[in-house]
Amino acid sequence: MEAAVEVADLVVSRGGKEVLHGLSATVSQSSVTGLLGPSGGGKTTLMRCLVGVQIVTGGSVRVLGEPAGSVALRKRVGYVTQSPSVYADLTVRENARYFSSVLGAGDTTADQVIVDVGLKEQSSQLVSTLSGGQRARASLACALLGEPELLILDEPTVGLDPVLREELWEMFAALAAAGTTIVVSSHVMDEAGRCDRILLLREGNLVADDTPDALRRAAGTEDLDQMFLTLIRQRAEVA
Amino acid sequence: MSPTITWATAKRVLTQLSHDHRTVAMLVLVPSLLMVLLRFVFDEDEIFDRIALPLLGVFPLIIMFLVTSVAMLRERTSGTLERLLTTPLHKLDLLLGYGIAFALAAALQAGVATATAYLLLGMNTQGAWGWVVGVAVSNAVLGMALGLFVSAFARSEFQAVQFMPLIVLPQLLTCGLLIARDQMAGWLGAISNALPMSYAVEALQEIGEQAEVTGTLVRDLTVVLGATVIALALGALTLRRRSG
Repeated sequence: MEAAVEVADLVVSRGGKEVLHGLSATVSQSSVTGLLGPSGGGKTTLMRCLVGVQIVTGGSVRVLGEPAGSVALRKRVGYVTQSPSVYADLTVRENARYFSSVLGAGDTTADQVIVDVGLKEQSSQLVSTLSGGQRARASLACALLGEPELLILDEPTVGLDPVLREELWEMFAALAAAGTTIVVSSHVMDEAGRCDRILLLREGNLVADDTPDALRRAAGTEDLDQMFLTLIRQRAEVA
Repeated sequence: MSPTITWATAKRVLTQLSHDHRTVAMLVLVPSLLMVLLRFVFDEDEIFDRIALPLLGVFPLIIMFLVTSVAMLRERTSGTLERLLTTPLHKLDLLLGYGIAFALAAALQAGVATATAYLLLGMNTQGAWGWVVGVAVSNAVLGMALGLFVSAFARSEFQAVQFMPLIVLPQLLTCGLLIARDQMAGWLGAISNALPMSYAVEALQEIGEQAEVTGTLVRDLTVVLGATVIALALGALTLRRRSG
């Protein structure tokens, strides 16, 4: 099966400083790939490259068989930015309906995604009056519109309580089982266990690219936090 | 670009506005209240006519400039713009959507302010009131276009509001409202000629003095619309799908 995302020798500079140093990775279809690592490691920059809003210095990024950011991809890729990408001064439903018109998805779909993320009760509430977790889910609802084949989610579970996090991860797994490819970033290491595959990024380099189980074995520990520390140290010794 | 997306965007901007009751109240009422104040400050009919008429065009420009530059800055900093630029939305859908929404808001504002000036405060013009509203709305759209453009150079709402004195006050000082443009020093006149508000004020003065639609009025309106198109084009240049 063709890879959903193919990144080759990707070099990106932001603010005059190189932040991704020749990164290569692939993401297979219908999977949940976790982009993990310490803050400032290049996770957001890599995601911006995948949706095609980042100026790239070198290398190539192909998404669903097209160059990232090409016109054909604009309905096929859903994106949730780190700060909730919904309008605080609109209700949940108004937000969903607006993005739905932009994506050509229709009002019925808009109402459905609100139910999907569990915000039915809050649908006529202004986003500014929602809790942090509800706001993140409103943002996610808008990214689900039009059934994108690839979902890029930048820290969608930040600030959520454990119950909501659990619900979202179950939803990601369900979406992946139904054929959606998901790339999700997090700096909460215990979320790594929920992914099919992990890309561990540190200071713009790929430290590890494997399944959670394989990484646990390589590091010789079950504890995910410990696993990352070990992997990062091992990598530092090699370099 | 797509008419559906443009219209959805205009509707979205208007919905955002409509949720903010205080802003709506201020948008609709402030110019009229200032007109009333002006009427008492200039207690003579002739002076009031001379000052109030151009101000009917200046207020919408200032207010729409402020509202748009802050609204657009929010889009840029909140993640919604980045999100929109990954969708099928075309830059022009966004710019025209804002344009349509604020033109409608401006029409309401200008309608109320013009009605107040004519009916309540006894303002007199030779030309028809419809032209006054028309010029006021074109000024509002110009203000919006300038606001969209400068929002690209502001990092915070603090900076955005400070572009108002920088962009608007020089125009206000040289537009012929305080001193007739033909009495200005040559270099000041040249600056005045280069700034769009001078033409907006001249257009309103023409409506005040002439019953007929004059060539000057048509030319002035064309200049204002031309400046709007240029500002929108510059604004479009600042909306990059890819950034560093």
